[in-house]
Amino acid sequence: MGRKILFITSDQQRYDTLGCNGGTVGRTPVLDGLAAEGIRYERAIPQSVVCMPSRSTMLTGQHPSTHGVWMNGVALPVDAPSVAAELHRAGYRTALVGKPHFEPFLDPFGRFVENGLSRAGVPTVTSPWADGTSGPHRGFEHLEFATHTPMGPLHYSRWLTANHPEATGGFYAVLDADLEVNAEGGGATGAPQVKDNPIPRDLYHTDWVADRTITWLDGLAADDDWFCWMSFPDPHHPWDPPGSEMGRVDWREVPLPAGYIEDPAERERVLDGKPRHWRAWYDGTLVSNYEAPTRWVPATLTADQVREVNARNAVEVELIDEAIGRVLAAVAARGWEDDVDVVFTTDHGELQGDFGLLFKGPYHVDGLMRLPLIWRPAPRAGVAPAVVTRPVGLVDLAPTFCEAAGLPAQPWMEGAALPVDDAAADAAGRTDRGVVTEWDSEVLGVDVHLRTITRDGWVCTTYRPGTVHDGGEGELYDLALDPLQQVNLWDDPARRSVRDETVEALRAQDRPARTPRLPVEAPV
Amino acid sequence: MRASVRREVVIEVGADEAWAVVGRPETLHEWFPGVVDCTVEGDQRTITLRTGLSLDETILTNDPLQRRFQYRISGGLFREHLGSIDVIALGERRCLVTYASDVDPATMAIVLGGATGGALDELRGQLEGGTP
Repeated sequence: MGRKILFITSDQQRYDTLGCNGGTVGRTPVLDGLAAEGIRYERAIPQSVVCMPSRSTMLTGQHPSTHGVWMNGVALPVDAPSVAAELHRAGYRTALVGKPHFEPFLDPFGRFVENGLSRAGVPTVTSPWADGTSGPHRGFEHLEFATHTPMGPLHYSRWLTANHPEATGGFYAVLDADLEVNAEGGGATGAPQVKDNPIPRDLYHTDWVADRTITWLDGLAADDDWFCWMSFPDPHHPWDPPGSEMGRVDWREVPLPAGYIEDPAERERVLDGKPRHWRAWYDGTLVSNYEAPTRWVPATLTADQVREVNARNAVEVELIDEAIGRVLAAVAARGWEDDVDVVFTTDHGELQGDFGLLFKGPYHVDGLMRLPLIWRPAPRAGVAPAVVTRPVGLVDLAPTFCEAAGLPAQPWMEGAALPVDDAAADAAGRTDRGVVTEWDSEVLGVDVHLRTITRDGWVCTTYRPGTVHDGGEGELYDLALDPLQQVNLWDDPARRSVRDETVEALRAQDRPARTPRLPVEAPV
Repeated sequence: MRASVRREVVIEVGADEAWAVVGRPETLHEWFPGVVDCTVEGDQRTITLRTGLSLDETILTNDPLQRRFQYRISGGLFREHLGSIDVIALGERRCLVTYASDVDPATMAIVLGGATGGALDELRGQLEGGTP
């Protein structure tokens, strides 16, 4: 019997939202406990800072250049490599409950499998696999989906609409009348993507995801090996948690985050030290990607709005923590406690007030790139608790799942099993190699292309030619001396040798883009 | 906001052969993934999508000499729409098919870009007799 694997993801969650990572706004005792028993990673980095490419990396163990999902709206091919398929082939029962997002949500033609399963009333469909065989879609024999809203064709939306239609109207409308990300403000401060939602907690998607996960686990035999990806849509915007829970955190008491620069003149000076799309977005003169409201100007963001967004975010994080606690209790009730590896992470971060910005985009700094990652190996594996400070990537998850299952990593996987401590990371050459993050976007005539490496205490981003970049721009930050990445050293002559060495390390890992390039199917 | 997208495909058949499909608006559901039904009365076409959504269209151009088909979707998610399909001969057994969508709101242009690109891939697959 192998080790069972509970893979838990949230969506758009910062590193510093967990108590074990120094967070103070929300309480996360369950995840803090897992971190104490297992391995806590202090620099886990996504290979993309938006959902679809990052989730595709988790599933395939490949960088975006390789799996081909180069921006949101590009669908991961149905026959893409999948760690779930490898586990299923090895006899694992497999499920994904919650947010998938390997295929676009905005799909009026109903072209994509994810959007048709609930309506079809089937737990999965047979799809081609990467090795030329076929099996359950992407390797999952059970798929049950939710996203941030009660609109659309996914399981949660259809369930809520059919059984509790009165609860659907309280959610924030993620898209506006033009189907763009909504800029409308709400709550006490008028912050964008904020709304008071009267929905009862037990009908909200966080608890639904946990409930459906427990139901699936309850249907398994005691000696089944299983891989369950439990994927919470929160704390991604909109910030509209159940009203009954809003008393947990008083936004007026929330301290401003360290990355929020209160003085506008100082904030703008810092932004001006970065490549010019930073300031252009802040000023509202450039919208380079679909993931933030086009009609919202970041320069209008107030300190109170930052506080309210952070308070609501913390409430959502607490609800996730408690939902995980319920699922772990269900696992323990089945007698599986010693046999289950638990991995918790997210797909990317959230700026959440850093530099006076919200949401996400082509901005490769800690707000978006430093992720919570906890691996609690199955206790019977006897792995000692540790804290890993060396950089690791989400690209390392798929090989880690293989290792936990006693399977070899597949040749198409580009990462390696997560190190259990810093010594293991160093022995594997991770410190020299670093971790790469990619950004490519082309939206309505604006293209942006970044390549970033996190290595040896530095974060270095190079730019390729695009609408607002000539290809000579860059960013270089000293993570020890400048943990908020406010001083761009790219043009500092004293750091020229570090810059050259880091850029060389990045270029050595440059991967050819998949050809032909996969088409953009939708904005998201 | 309005936006314009264009997708294109080179197909290894003569332009007349490609036009024989494109110029028959009542057969759209046979080569456009996600369109499950299609009815034409005069210059009015109604298509039904796999999601159950129905779109009303007006056929503006169906010109076999230029090999150009144009139509407009009205209502629903669209404030403005113009779809244009052109079949251009590149040789005796080779043609270029372009599918352009001019749309307000812009978001729907991106969605239609994906859908029409999928349709062109399917058209090529059917006409060349292989996998799209």
